[in-house]
Amino acid sequence: MKKLSERRRHPLAAIVVLLFALAATGGLYTAFAPADKAQADSTAQSLAIEEGKKLYEVGCASCHGTGGKGSSDGPSLVGVGAAAVDFQVGTGRMPASTSQQAQVEKKKNIYSQAQIDQLAAYIASLGAGPAKPTKDEYSPEGADAAKGGELFRTNCSQCHNFTGKGGALTDGKFAPSLEGVDPKHIYEAMQTGPQNMPSFPDTTLTSQNKQDIIAYLKAVDGDETTNPGGLELGGLGPVSEGLFAWIFGLGALIAVAVWVAARTAKAKKS
Amino acid sequence: MSTASASNEPRRRGKAPAGERVADWADGRLGIYSLAKANMRKIFPDHWSFMLGEVCMYSFIIIILTGVYLTLFFHPSMNEVQYHGSYVPLQGQMMSEAFNSTLHISFEVRGGLLIRQIHHWAALIFLAGMFVHMMRVFFTGAFRKPREVNWLFGFLLFVLGMFTGFTGYSLPDDLLSGTGVRFMEGAILSVPIVGTYLSFFLFGGEFPGGDFVARFYSIHILLLPGIMLGLMVAHLILVFYHKHTQYAGPGKTNNNVVGMPLLPVYMAKAGGFFFLVFGVIAVVAAIAQINPIWAIGPYRPDQVSTGAQPDWYMGFSEGLIRVMPGWEINFWGHTLVLGVFIPLMIFPLVLVAIAVYPFIESWVTGDKREHHILDRPRNAPTRTAFGVAWMTWYFVLLIGGGNDLFATHFSLSINAITWFVRIAFFVAPVLAFIITKRICLGLQRRDKEKVLHGRESGIIKRLPHGEFIEVHEPLSQEQLHTLTAHEQYSPLELGPTVDENGVERKIKAPQKLRAKLSKAYYGEHNQVPKPTVEEYKEITSGHGHH
Repeated sequence: MKKLSERRRHPLAAIVVLLFALAATGGLYTAFAPADKAQADSTAQSLAIEEGKKLYEVGCASCHGTGGKGSSDGPSLVGVGAAAVDFQVGTGRMPASTSQQAQVEKKKNIYSQAQIDQLAAYIASLGAGPAKPTKDEYSPEGADAAKGGELFRTNCSQCHNFTGKGGALTDGKFAPSLEGVDPKHIYEAMQTGPQNMPSFPDTTLTSQNKQDIIAYLKAVDGDETTNPGGLELGGLGPVSEGLFAWIFGLGALIAVAVWVAARTAKAKKS
Repeated sequence: MSTASASNEPRRRGKAPAGERVADWADGRLGIYSLAKANMRKIFPDHWSFMLGEVCMYSFIIIILTGVYLTLFFHPSMNEVQYHGSYVPLQGQMMSEAFNSTLHISFEVRGGLLIRQIHHWAALIFLAGMFVHMMRVFFTGAFRKPREVNWLFGFLLFVLGMFTGFTGYSLPDDLLSGTGVRFMEGAILSVPIVGTYLSFFLFGGEFPGGDFVARFYSIHILLLPGIMLGLMVAHLILVFYHKHTQYAGPGKTNNNVVGMPLLPVYMAKAGGFFFLVFGVIAVVAAIAQINPIWAIGPYRPDQVSTGAQPDWYMGFSEGLIRVMPGWEINFWGHTLVLGVFIPLMIFPLVLVAIAVYPFIESWVTGDKREHHILDRPRNAPTRTAFGVAWMTWYFVLLIGGGNDLFATHFSLSINAITWFVRIAFFVAPVLAFIITKRICLGLQRRDKEKVLHGRESGIIKRLPHGEFIEVHEPLSQEQLHTLTAHEQYSPLELGPTVDENGVERKIKAPQKLRAKLSKAYYGEHNQVPKPTVEEYKEITSGHGHH
């Protein structure tokens, strides 16, 4: 111990103490922090953000500006969240071909899910926003379709029609049909409110409510939906029914009338 | 008929056959023999367009039959109940008993859904049939004396049919029809001063109240169909009384009817036709779904859906509201909602415009004679043009009523469609009038050409000196008759403007208007004079054909 105390004023003593202290804190940190995983994750995350940024610069930046700050051609993406990216790119709406249309329409998606996730990671890194929902959140399994129907008629049908067949909005915009839309995308749309749609965050419609709505749509507008009355005629209500009645109903009856009238009993020759 | 032939045979001993005894018994009490004798041989002309009225009558009968079945299961009550039926996506929802029982009819009652669909499809077809039947009567001038009253009966049937349809559409108390009833309530409320009172009276308090389904029910199943049935019988009695009109043709005059007797020929055809109509409607109802109330959901005043339209026959009123600018005037704490009130005022005008036309025409022409020979539409260009203009007006409004679906299905802007309808509401009927009149006159000219020069045969002949000519085939005597059978009026003359003393004669304004209209009907450029016998003889007497 004497040797040690003798050298306590040695010029290098401070450095040695510092080294020890660093080693101790470092050791403690490695001992207590879930070091390996965090390290790996953060690298993966930053890698995804890095890759996403590259994709963003190629596909999105021309309208949304560098760093997602927005431009005259596209809104700022700061704070829109991963859910918005997953919806917009996943349904092919983004990247849009032009900002001049009344509405950006659904088209074929050209990105892989991995690329979309990278883009989403990058956009999410710009500012906090709704995250991508998990399968448990959006799956209609076990949800209450009847409750969902009530919610749908209260919140959605004024634009999307009774059973989600879509409807018109002003100036050429429209609420699209919800037939065959992936439950994940329906969930994300409700959460983020794309384009003209209002958003329904969890404070307005809980995750359970959203699931109910998805279950309702699956029941009335899904692959397994049956129409007990026969042909659905687009599910558009009285306009298509009226057209059908005129063309096929009355049309057929007039054809029958022509046929009957053409078959006259021959007058007896006398 | 068996009675008639039996009397010619030698008298039998013992009792007469059972059929004869029954007939005798009935005749002694009901006097049916003379009635039947007078009417069984009634002649009806054969033409498909004369069967449109039958389509209406049969679909009306089908509606009554299916409607009776539906009343057996429908509960016209707005009491709230919880759904526990077999349709899962409504399980546990609160709804009115009316909606609940309609679901019950659709899913649990045997044949219920099919009957419901037949009832609804037949209603749409009934109204469409009446529309087409009315247009047939209009364009052929069948409304002229003595049939003006019957024209009005038919028109009333159409209007009552609209309201019977509307009340029936409202009965299931679903979200779609509830929106329609709300629409009607808004229209009533827009009436100045009395609107609110009327609305409270009709709904038994604030909308929707708990009464309207029960009230609409008795209107739908009792009041309106009762009146309609009476009108329809009167309509048919008048058809019998006036005898049927017929198209011009050889042997057909204003004083005869050429066709088949009611019994047996026409009765057999009509009976068969009833089953054909029933069959077609049943097939349509079996194939295509109509008003799927389970997908639409129960009515709640806080809910609404896009694409909420009435059935087609009310569509023009929807159009009127949709395209009307939302004007309103506020004064002394009151609001006059012109955006709704003006359409409400135009709504009856659209209908009345076509209903009063026959009376305007007879006033203009001053024609008080009976007409039993139908006009070809081209030979009455002004009438035809008016009818087409009215139909154009009507269909423009139907486009307005479905503007959202036109927007989504043709990728158009709903605003553009609304503006199109606003402008077309005023412009399209005028254009249709002018164009139709030109077409009619063109067709008249073609008829004249055909009478004088014959039908174009399509055979091209080369003459020895190299000229090419088309060979025209002369028409048969029958065709010539048909094409020249119509009579042409000359415009009304007001007479000299001064009397015998050189003093200016006073002519009343209505007379001047009448003369002006008459000129527009029959003036120089408003009809093509039909070929005269002299013209025909001169041309056909020899010297070439052109």
